[in-house]
Amino acid sequence: MPVITYREAIRHALAEELARDANVVVLGEEVAQFNGAYKVTEGLLEKFGPARIVDTPISEAGFIGMGIGASMLGVRPVMELMFWSFYSVAFDQILNNAANVRYMSGGQINCPIVIRGPANGGTNVGATHSHTPENVLANHPGVKVAVPSTPADAKGLLKSAIRDNDPVFFLENTILYGTEGEVPEGEVVIPLGLADVKRTGTDLTIVTYGRCVLHSLAAADLLQKEHDISVEVVDLRTIRPLDMDTVLASVAKTHRVLIVEEQKPFASVGSQLAYMIQREAFDELDGPIHRLATVDAPAIYSPPVEAEQLPNPQRVLNAALAALG
Amino acid sequence: MSNPAATIVEKPRASPAASAAVNASLAPAAKIALHRTMVRIRRFEERSLHLYKDAKDNVKIGGFLHLYIGQEAVAVGCCSLMGKDDHVITAYRDHGHAIAVGMELNPLMAELCGKATGCSKGKGGSMHFFAPDKNYWGGHGIVGGQIPLGAGLAYGIKYKGLKGAAMAFLGDGAVNQGAVHEAYNLAALWSLPVVFVIENNGYSMGTSQARSSAGDLAKRAEGYGMAWGVIDGHDLYEVRAGMDKFLRAAREQSKPAVVEIRTYRYRGHSVADPDPPNSTYRTKAEIEEYRRTKDPIQVFQNALVAEGVLTAALIEQIDNDAREEVERSVEFTRASPYPTAADIQSDVYWETDNPSQRKSQGRLFFD
Ligand SMILES: Cc1ncc(C[n+]2csc(CCOP(=O)(O)OP(=O)(O)O)c2C)c(N)n1
Ligand SMILES: [Mg+2]
Repeated sequence: MPVITYREAIRHALAEELARDANVVVLGEEVAQFNGAYKVTEGLLEKFGPARIVDTPISEAGFIGMGIGASMLGVRPVMELMFWSFYSVAFDQILNNAANVRYMSGGQINCPIVIRGPANGGTNVGATHSHTPENVLANHPGVKVAVPSTPADAKGLLKSAIRDNDPVFFLENTILYGTEGEVPEGEVVIPLGLADVKRTGTDLTIVTYGRCVLHSLAAADLLQKEHDISVEVVDLRTIRPLDMDTVLASVAKTHRVLIVEEQKPFASVGSQLAYMIQREAFDELDGPIHRLATVDAPAIYSPPVEAEQLPNPQRVLNAALAALG
Repeated sequence: MSNPAATIVEKPRASPAASAAVNASLAPAAKIALHRTMVRIRRFEERSLHLYKDAKDNVKIGGFLHLYIGQEAVAVGCCSLMGKDDHVITAYRDHGHAIAVGMELNPLMAELCGKATGCSKGKGGSMHFFAPDKNYWGGHGIVGGQIPLGAGLAYGIKYKGLKGAAMAFLGDGAVNQGAVHEAYNLAALWSLPVVFVIENNGYSMGTSQARSSAGDLAKRAEGYGMAWGVIDGHDLYEVRAGMDKFLRAAREQSKPAVVEIRTYRYRGHSVADPDPPNSTYRTKAEIEEYRRTKDPIQVFQNALVAEGVLTAALIEQIDNDAREEVERSVEFTRASPYPTAADIQSDVYWETDNPSQRKSQGRLFFD
């Protein structure tokens, strides 16, 4: 199986869907002539031309709203936010229009739009550029939210997202762009709403997603080697729809849960998960559900200190030991 | 890197704006100080770029670094007109303005490297320099987001009955943010004493002005009934003469305006944006042409030489002083500590930093 980067996987998904469906267009800041701020869209302008790969001015409310409007008419815009952090500029369009128009029209209007871009800390870009809004987005019924951790998942989920008839918000990670993984050639379509057990184990379930999957797998290795503890790592892959069946099956096996997320802890994705696990698997639990999140403060710039604000393998390991009592 | 101190161009260009009252009234020492500030900015920026690329233990810059090289006359010209009730706010390309309002280099370099002695205690980084004591309100990372704040500074000035003005700087790409237009309307509707200063350096990242903006940039002010103008930002005298008029109207008659100052950035948008030949949007020849004919330090230096204010020896000395001062800031930074992990949660709330005066109840932090 070919080994490609997360960045290439996303690019391949875009190229394949652009080739498959003439309604697919890619819009965003610097996506065309500059080849993308993070080079995800490199080469697409050359291949698909300026009518389908479009550079926008720095007008997020305007161009995201325009994409939503075009999607109502059956265009399938894949909009790049240079950083998901800039979604706040287009908040009204995303959450009042994209999320609500189907409902408010009694199901007459669909919004088959994808908004994609990176949403992560860890590169010292500070408080305004390090938001992880998956919880905020997922709080709105009507939208779907995907946060892939591997190249294969990125490709398969993005293809599903583009084919989906609802608004899908696709959260990538600048640190993952360069990571490599095996991706099957040809049609890879992973349905939205299917979690993936990235490592099987018996003593503890770590429920996680995005880059924290990598931290959790690294910690799981160490826990096995140094502590003889067997950890199961469940990668949610999508936050909404949320695959509780896979989570609950794992909890029924291990009876201990640690949630790991690169989120501020208050009202995070993990808060919702913890509520649902205790409600649906209370009798399976041998101890309280633990959680590791980002230290609760805006993202600090200082490079060595930001590393301590975010989850990392060592912090996951410590949290896992604590969860095991 | 060309050294402006090393060359005195054959035929100094006479600046028509030199005789404007705001410039003619400057004492020689004041003119030299303006030149010095531009040179300090340039040396600071060059050293930062070098540090970014050649990180050493304890002096490392992470994240973004947006340099001001080529644009010096804009910040220095504008900020040199500030009175005690005038205020400034800008975007992430904020080092030049910080130095122009009088911030010292030590806390700036320390901030770039994320040290606790930085102007924002290492919490903000390159994009977030602040000095409220110098009427400098940052340093903002979201394109256009600072512009309503600039209108707000003007609102505050007016509300308090002060005879001041706010200068709100933005880029040629930022003019297309909705928040900018909402701020324009508020400023015009309520006669706020604010000058919106568009630093048009030709590009927003890799997108030229022509590919991002319909129509003239500052002329959009007409739609709001605001005054507007276009200034040559390569010539510090022009910047001062042009801006003085708008600042006076703001201070004295509470009239807002939109001003486009034409300038040019020599370096990539940020350090991640490569110089030619790897640039996707401009040529080496274009940059060289600006450097050769319009370099703001060179242009002003030539004018001062022609006036007999600057000599070759003095130019050299100013440059050496600037280099040494920058080097001292690197040493200061090297010797400075990083914040600690415990510092992550300070400066979030006023109440946690002033626990004895806390009035609210309940948990402020979670987990
Ligand atoms: C809302 C928002 N969108 C996009 C960005 C990414 N970005 C940062 S600077 C920039 C270009 C801005 O260009 P311009 O306004 O001309 O200012 P300059 O960088 O030339 O000083 C872009 C697209 C951002 N920081 N904020
Ligand atoms: Mg610009």
